[in-house]
This record gives sequence, structure tokens and C-alpha cells, in this order.
Amino acid sequence: MSERLRRTMLYVPGNNAGMIRDAAIYHSDSIMFDLEDSVAYRQKDAARMLVYKNLKTLDFEGIETVVRINGLDTPYGKDDIKAMVKAHPDIIRLPKTETAQDIMDVEELIAQEEEKQHLPLGTIKMMAAIESPLGIINAYSIATASDRLIGIAIGAEDYVTAMKTKRSPGGVEILYARSAVVTAARAAGIGAFDTVYSDLNNEEGFAEEVRLIKQLGFDGKSVISPRQIGPVHEIFAPTDKELSFAQKVIEAIDEAKSKGSGVIAVNGKMIDKPIVERAERILELAEASGIIIPSEGENYAE
Amino acid sequence: MPNNIINHEIPDVILKQYGRDHFSGAYTNTPHVRVDKGNRSLPRLSKIIDTLEQVILKSGLKDGMTISFHHHFRGGDKVVNMVMEVISHMGIRNLTVAASSLTTVHAPMIKHIKDGTVSQIYTSGIRGELAEAISNGLMDNPIIIHSHGGRARAIETGQIKIDVAFMGVPSCDVYGNANGYTGTSACGSLGYAKVDALYAKKVVLITDFITEYPNTPFSIHQDQVDYIVQVDQVGDPAKISTGATRYTTNPRDILIGSLAAQVIACSGYFEDGFSLQTGSGGASLITTKFLREYMEKQNVHASWALGGINAQLVKMHEDGLIKRLLDVQSFDSEAIRSIGANRYHSEIDASYYANPLNKGCAVNKLNVVVLSALEIDTNFNVNVLTGSDGILRGASGGHSDTAIGSGLSIVVAPLIRGRSASVVNDIQTIITPGSTVDVLVTDRGIAVNPRRKDIAEDLSRYKLPIVPIQVLKEKAQKIAGIPEPINFEKKVVAVVEYRDGTVLDVVRQVKA
Repeated sequence: MSERLRRTMLYVPGNNAGMIRDAAIYHSDSIMFDLEDSVAYRQKDAARMLVYKNLKTLDFEGIETVVRINGLDTPYGKDDIKAMVKAHPDIIRLPKTETAQDIMDVEELIAQEEEKQHLPLGTIKMMAAIESPLGIINAYSIATASDRLIGIAIGAEDYVTAMKTKRSPGGVEILYARSAVVTAARAAGIGAFDTVYSDLNNEEGFAEEVRLIKQLGFDGKSVISPRQIGPVHEIFAPTDKELSFAQKVIEAIDEAKSKGSGVIAVNGKMIDKPIVERAERILELAEASGIIIPSEGENYAE
Repeated sequence: MPNNIINHEIPDVILKQYGRDHFSGAYTNTPHVRVDKGNRSLPRLSKIIDTLEQVILKSGLKDGMTISFHHHFRGGDKVVNMVMEVISHMGIRNLTVAASSLTTVHAPMIKHIKDGTVSQIYTSGIRGELAEAISNGLMDNPIIIHSHGGRARAIETGQIKIDVAFMGVPSCDVYGNANGYTGTSACGSLGYAKVDALYAKKVVLITDFITEYPNTPFSIHQDQVDYIVQVDQVGDPAKISTGATRYTTNPRDILIGSLAAQVIACSGYFEDGFSLQTGSGGASLITTKFLREYMEKQNVHASWALGGINAQLVKMHEDGLIKRLLDVQSFDSEAIRSIGANRYHSEIDASYYANPLNKGCAVNKLNVVVLSALEIDTNFNVNVLTGSDGILRGASGGHSDTAIGSGLSIVVAPLIRGRSASVVNDIQTIITPGSTVDVLVTDRGIAVNPRRKDIAEDLSRYKLPIVPIQVLKEKAQKIAGIPEPINFEKKVVAVVEYRDGTVLDVVRQVKA
């Protein structure tokens, strides 16, 4: 149907073989192998090799694979791109993006490698993380810098430091940045992804943040532990009310189509295109969330 | 017509007809009575003997006899090593040790085997250095591995004849009433010890806490006990039980547990009044958490839970979600508190729990059990005894007992453990036959035993990752590869007994 669900992107340190091996079992929407901040300088080469090997050999069962490379301003960025285009993840994610030029520089290298590998130009998609005030100001030009971009993400830690503040439970200090990222993404017609929540044991705080970013319009969130996947999917799952309305909308559309009639109403409400799109989206979400549409009065499989 | 000792005339014909003897004095035929009645300065009648050595002498223990121990003190046990040390020192040899289970703390048994004190071992489990030594051919006679129910059966039918049972107890009075939930070494249920106390020829209690008579409510009764010895410590409280067992934070165990709970909730066995047993391993334990959520959501109550009882089951009991607890072994401090405090948290013995040949054991009434596995083959046979290196490192426990007794037996395991696959073509050692295992839940998919078409059909109505077990095996092989076969010697080091007493498998010595 429409675009791919990306509610959760699971962080996996690129130097941890066990975690890479098991990454797929938790059924996040995407897996992000990190070559950047979670890998010490001395281990950069080893991590690149490990991620390369595993992308080539393991079956990730259809889950989208993302690799966060080191920036081109480091000694590792170029080699990361070379190796990763060869390994062929779905997406290469660029950290600390500040300008559209950052994107174009990476894109150029990816294109060169694609050519060498005889891959069709544009095979590898891109994502950009915006982690600085300058990046936030440039959010729209970054979001529109390449056709490869499937989305932009906000990285909050560096951002709040640069803003001379720190993170707080309600996240008021990054409200502007979040809004800027999600607005730029929507304007560019790509996805918007929220930053990590690092206090693993604060389940309630995490849930609150997920509710907030869902309400802001984000598509999903980076998660640092498999334990965070379930709660995100649950919060992003449509409610029973949303689901039953969506089903009625689709039924009404189907019925109208078969009868050849034009104007449709459900519960006395006119149904127009945005409502149909939303209904389709809700049904997709419901399916992805494992919500089984109740039949025979049985509905306890989540 | 002769008179008896108090000069009453008893016709011979009466004695003959009823096969009786003349009364010959109030103290003559009853050794356990107060002989000096009326002497107020005498100490109250007591079975306490000063030292272990004296009690061993009094018990009549001789070369070639069978002694028994229980494992309620788990990794904190001090009784086995303490008693064995004295016996060995006294020069008694060629004993059979019939323990309900042995753990890593029992490594000193190695020297007692080497010096000939111990020549045979019966146990449910064996781990650590002792297990490694036995796997390397330490003993001339292979050890016998039995299930908890199988042990109770063997004792009750006389297959294991215990000459002297050395039972560590957290508290007892001078006359032998003992329980497990008072005293500094409290361990909760004494379910495995109760069978020995009933059937052993001599019962010796070893305790670090002598309390007031009568020590009610008691698990081991004064009428079963011959002698009591007080020692400094029967166990290390910190290792007997941890605090309240907590749920794992390992994401893979959480995943497996949540899938297992979904299987239960969707299986048709999930209805008001069902009964359950879950282990205390990470994935098995957290299954309880997710099951609790389903129970609350669906307003389903369990009528009882069985087996090793832990803090989470106690909480569900106290919150009214599980009506009764049948406890053969208490796993943590909460379970120990509860068995003393809650009217419907009942202690049961190993025979009541799982003896297949008594008139009815609890596992037979069980609806759902969640069990772990080291390995499982494509016919659902399960190994919980030997590791991927072929060395003994586990326990039969109640695995095979509950698997066959329950309506729905679920085995949980990560598909890959360390570098080894857990679903394989051939397992090292069979503890539980696949014909008694219903569902396998792994982190990479669920397999239903083809024998259970009813369960497969119930589960197929929900969105669960169900695949044939062969698919899981292939997945595992693809990631972990196929290991080189382990090299074994011919010599058998352990015999695996099925719960009915038949021989299910043998474990051979590993090649050095």
C-alpha cells in the first residue's frame, strides 16, 4: 500500500556480535547498526568488518537495515560508505548533519560506490540525523537535499548541549527542534524520527515521551533496547475506536465502489480523501501491531 | 493358668488365639518412653545427640548402606558436606548417596568418592566440579539420574531403601517436629525431605535452631524422627534463597516469555479455574508476568499453581489471581514467608507432587506448565541434563513429571544459546520424551508438536509466529552451523531413569 512503517529503529552497537545476531528477533520496524558513537576509535575497523559480514550473511527477516556511519569529517566516514554500499543495507544514516551540502557529499560517495558495485543508482537510501542548532535552522534544506532521503531524525543530546541547556522530563527544551524537524519532514514529504530515551528503567517516562512525539506527528523513534519496542508499538497502535471507524470507512468505500455511487458518509460524516488515507493508515498500523480484528468474540491475542 | 507380671490371670488360649504375649512391664517394649517417670529433675525427653559422630554411630550406619539428603538449602547447603566429612573420617565405606539433588557446593564429594566412602549416587541433578569429575569417569558405578516424581516412586516402592536419612531442617524441637519456614536458615517447603522422613529406617535431623515444643505447624513429624543434632549452621541463608525473585531484564527472555504467555492465552487451556506451573528460569518466570496481564484483562483466575513457588506466584495468590499454591520447593524469601503465613499456600511432598505410581499426584491435574530446555530435537525430545560439551550440568527435576502430567506442556528456549543451536537433529541426552511435549517457544518462532493438532488449530486463529520445528532447526543451523560431534568413551557415567523407573538414556564419559 503506502509508505513503510518506521515506528521503531533499534540501535545496535556495531561492535557487538551477539546483539547483531539477535537484532532481528524483536521485530522493530528498522534495525540501525551503529558505527559511530557506540564504537570506540580503536574498534572502528573491527566494527565496520563485523557489520559488513553480518549484513552479508544474516537473514534479518525483512526488517529494514540501517547503518549509522561516521561523519565525513572523521577518518572513518569514507571507508564506512565504501564498505556499507558493498554490504548493501537498505539505508545509510548520516550523523550530525548541519547543511544540505553534508547530504550531497555523502550522496556523491554512495553514488560512486554504487557504480563500482554495479548497483542501480539510488539503490541505497539515506537518512539524516540533525543534532545541532544550525542543523535545525537548515532542516528543510537538509530534508530536500537528496531524493535518497527517506527521513530526518532529531538527535537531542548534542543539541541541548549546544543550546546551553539539558534534557528535562517534559522535553520543553527540544520542543522547537522537534517541531522544526517534523514540519520540515512533512514539507519535504519524508519521514520524521524522534531521538532516543536513555533512561531504560523509567518505563512511564518513556511512554509519556512516546505519546508526546506521536501527537507531534513523528513517524517513530529510535530505541536503545528491545525492551522499548513493545511500548512504542503499543502507543502507535490505533485504538479500538479508531480501528472500527477505519473499518467502516473502508467498507463504505468498497460498497460505494461496487454500487458506483459517489458521495459517501459514515456515521453521518462525509468521507473525503484525507479520511480514507487515514483509515488505510490505521488498518496498516493495526496489522503491524498484531492487533487481530476480533472474530467469534475472541480477541485476547493482544 | 499363668499370671502376668501384675498377677492377673490370662488364659493361654486367649494369648494363642490373638497371637499375643503377656504384659511384662510398662517400659519393656516401648523404647521411646520416659523411663524415670515422676523424676522432675530429669531433662525433658529429648532426641538430641551431642555430635554428628555419635549420631552416626547410634544410627547403625555401616559399610554398603544407603544414606539420603535433600536439596532445599540449594546452593547454601552445608549439611551434605558436613555429614560426609564425618562419615568419611569414621572410615565407613562403600555408601550409596541418595540425594534429591546435588549442586555446585557439593564438590567435596569428589574426595569421598576417591577414598571409597561413596560408591554410588542417586540424584536428580548434578553440577559444577563434581559433575565434571563424574563426566570424566570418576566413578566406577554410573550415577542414577531420576526425576522428582521418579525418586518418590523409587523410595515408596523400595527400589531405593534408605538406611539413614540426614535431613537438614531450619527449625525443630527436642522431639523432632521440624519445619522449613522458621529459623535463620529458613528454606520454606521441605517437600523432598518429607518422603525420606516417612520411609528411611533411621531419620536424623540436623538443625541450627532448636525451638520450643511443639514446633507447630510441622512438616517432619516427631513420630518419624530418631535423632537430632544441633550444629552451628545448616546453610548459608544468602545462598539458600535470594530476596524476592525478580523478573529478568534480558530482552530475549522477555520476548520468549511474552510469546509463551500468548500461547497459553490462545491455547484453549486459558479459562477460569485453570492451573499452572512455571519454572524460575528467566523466560519461564517472566511468562507469569505476561500471563498475569492476560488474566487481569480477561478476568480469568487460576485455581492453583504448583511446584517451585516464587515471589511472583505468591503475589498473584495474595492478589486473588491464584486461589491456592501447592509448594514442593520454595524458591525465594517471599515464598518462604508466604508458606508460613498463607492458609492456602500448602506444603506438599515429592510423592504428592509427582510420583507416577501413587494413587494420584498433583502433576496429573495440571493444565499448563512452562519448562526450559538445553536442547530439543525435531521430535520434541528434551535435554536438560548435559551441555553442548557432553558434560553433566543440569537436573531432571520435575521436567518429565510435569510434561506428561499437564494438558499443555510448553518448552521455552532461545534458538541459539551462546554459539550453539538449541533445536537440533539429535540431542545429547533425553530427559523428557517428545511424546509428552506439546509446544516449543523460541525467540525465533514457535513450533507445535504435530501430535497436538488441537493446539495447532487453536493457535492458528491468532497472529503467532508458528512454524514446523524443522524450520526452527534449519534457522538455527544456518546461524550457528553444525558442530563437530563430541567424542565420548564407551564408559557410561550416568543412567537416566524415566519417572516410571525404566532406563531412558545413558550419559557416557567425555574423551579427555
